[in-house]
Amino acid sequence: MADAVAVREQGAQLAPPARSRLDWSWLGLVPFFLFCTAFLFLPMAFLVLGSLYDPEGAVTLQNYADLSTGIIPGAFANSIEISVVTAIAGGIFGFLLAASVTVGRLPRVLRTALLTFSGVASNFAGIPLALAFIFTLGTLGFLTTLLQSLGLTGFRGVNLTSKLGVEVVYMYFQFPLMVLIIAPALEGLRREWREAAENMGASAFQYWRYVGLPILTPTILGTMILLFGNAFGAQATAFQLTGGTLPLVTLVISSQIRGDVLHNPDLGYAMAMGMVVIMGISIFLYTLLQRRAERWLRS
Amino acid sequence: MSGPSGGGSQAPFGPMGVMENEPGFNPDRVRVDAVARAARRERRAFGAWWAWLIFILGALYFIVPLLGVFFHSIRTRPDIFLAYRQVFADPAFLRGLGYSFTAGVITVVVSLLIIVPTAYWVRLRVPRLRPLVEFVTLMPFVIPPVVLAFGLIRIYSQGPVRLAATDTGLNVMLIGAYVVLSFPYMYRAVDTGLAAIDVRTLTEAAQSLGSGWTRILARVIFPNLRTSLLSGAFLTLAIVIGEYTIAQVLARTMAFAPYLSLLGRNQPYQPAAVSLISFGLTWLAMILIAFLGRGSRARVQVTGAR
Repeated sequence: MADAVAVREQGAQLAPPARSRLDWSWLGLVPFFLFCTAFLFLPMAFLVLGSLYDPEGAVTLQNYADLSTGIIPGAFANSIEISVVTAIAGGIFGFLLAASVTVGRLPRVLRTALLTFSGVASNFAGIPLALAFIFTLGTLGFLTTLLQSLGLTGFRGVNLTSKLGVEVVYMYFQFPLMVLIIAPALEGLRREWREAAENMGASAFQYWRYVGLPILTPTILGTMILLFGNAFGAQATAFQLTGGTLPLVTLVISSQIRGDVLHNPDLGYAMAMGMVVIMGISIFLYTLLQRRAERWLRS
Repeated sequence: MSGPSGGGSQAPFGPMGVMENEPGFNPDRVRVDAVARAARRERRAFGAWWAWLIFILGALYFIVPLLGVFFHSIRTRPDIFLAYRQVFADPAFLRGLGYSFTAGVITVVVSLLIIVPTAYWVRLRVPRLRPLVEFVTLMPFVIPPVVLAFGLIRIYSQGPVRLAATDTGLNVMLIGAYVVLSFPYMYRAVDTGLAAIDVRTLTEAAQSLGSGWTRILARVIFPNLRTSLLSGAFLTLAIVIGEYTIAQVLARTMAFAPYLSLLGRNQPYQPAAVSLISFGLTWLAMILIAFLGRGSRARVQVTGAR
C-alpha cells in the first residue's frame, strides 16, 4: 500500500514552468532548512558538542558518566515515575470517560461538552494550571477549606510540592488528551462488529474482551506513551508548583544550565541528551503503534 | 473472516451451521436474546449508571480547580472584584498580554510563510524528501524548550550574528524558537489540509491559465487551506501566549507567562484573576478552532507539554 502511494506521488511531479533540465526542485525547501539551521540545528549541535566538553574545554565523556551522580538519577527516577503514573492513571480514566459518552450512551450534549472541555484542558498547562491547583488544594485552597468546613478537620490539603501533588495536577492535562484521542477511536468501532458478536451469542464482556479492546489496544498503548512524553517534558507547571524543590529532569537541566546553585552547563547538556533519547524513543513507539492502530480503525 | 461461501452447514464459519449441531442449542433463542439486548441498548438513551458516575467524576475534576481559582479571585473584601480591577489597571498585565499576543501573531505568520510552501512543495515536487521534512518538523517534540533556548543564547552571543546583545535580537530569537515549536502541528495541519484538496489538479489548472508559483500559492493554495491553517494558527497562538520557559530564558520577562509566574509569587489575589482570564482565552481559542473545524473531520492536535 505504501508503494502505491509512493508511485502516485512520483506521478504527481509536474513540469516546472520552463526551466533548465537539471533537477533544481530541492531548492524549494531551502528556506525551510535555512530557518531550521538557524533556530533548531545549530542549538542542537551546540547541545551535542557541549555535552562532550568539560568546563575547561577539553573533550570528555565525563558528563555522561556524571549522569549517575548526585541528584540526577533521582531526578530521572522522579520524572519517569510521575510520567508513568499519570500516563497509566490518565489513560485509564480518560478511556472510561470517553467510553461514558460513547459506549455509555450519555446524552449527546454531554459528549460535545466533554470534547470541547478536553480540548481546552489539554492546552491549559503551565503557570495558570499550577496556580489553579494551589488555590484549590493548597493549605488555604478552596477544596481544602470546603472539606474542613464539612467536618474533615484533619484534611490539610495536598502537598503540591510532592510527587503525589505533581501527579494530581498533571492529571488535569493528561486525561483530557486521552479523551481527545480515544473518543474518535471508540466511535470508529463499527456497529456491525458488535452485532456480529451478539448474533454469535457473545455477552457484552466477551465482546469487549475479544473484539473491542484488542482492536483498540494499539491506540490505547500509543496514547499512553504520548501521555508519558507529555508529562516527561512538562516544565513550567512543575516549576510553579514546587519552586524547583522536587528534582525533576526538566527542572534540574534548567538549573544546571542557568546556574543558580547547581551550575554545570555541560552536565546539563548531557542530561538534555538523555531526555532527548527518552522522548525520541517514546515518539518512535507512538508512531509505530499509531500505524498499527490505523489498520482497523477508519479504513 | 469470510469463509468459502459454499453455504449452509458446510461453511466452516457459518455460525448457525456450526452451532446447530450442539445439543440443547436453540438458534431462535439466541437471535431473540440479541434483538432484546440491542433494543435494551437503544432504550437506554439516558445512559448507563457507570457512565454517569465516571462522567460526574471527570466533570468535578475539570470544574473544581476552576471554582477554586474563581473563589480565590473574589476573596477580596468588601470589594470582591478588586483583584480584577487591579489587574486591568496594571500596565504590566496589558503589556504582557499585548507582547505575547503580538509574538503569537508574528509566529503564526512566519510559520505559515515557511510551512505552507514547504509542505506544498514536498507533496508536489520532492516527495522523496518527505520523511526527512516530517522528521525535522517532529524534532521540537523531543527537545526540551530550555535546551533549545539556551542553545540559541550561546550561539548568538558570540560569532558574527550577536542577536543576544540587543533587545530586538532577543525578540527575533524568541520568535524563531516559537516558530520551531509550532512546526509539529502546523506541518501536520497543513499536510492534512493539502491531502484533502487535489493539489495537483489545482496547480495544473492554475499553470495552464498562466499563473506562476507565487500566484498559485497565494491565490489558489492558501485560500483552499483556510480552515486547517486557521485551526493551526489559533493553536499556535494559544501555546505562544501561555509559553513560559523560553520567554524566561531569553529574558523576555514582560511576556505573559513570566509576568503571571512572578505575580503568583508576589500577590495574593491577582494571580487567580489572571489565571481565570488566561483560561478564558484558551477557551476562546479552542472554541474558534472547533467552530472553524465544524464540518471537517475531527482531528486531534497534540501539543508539546509545558
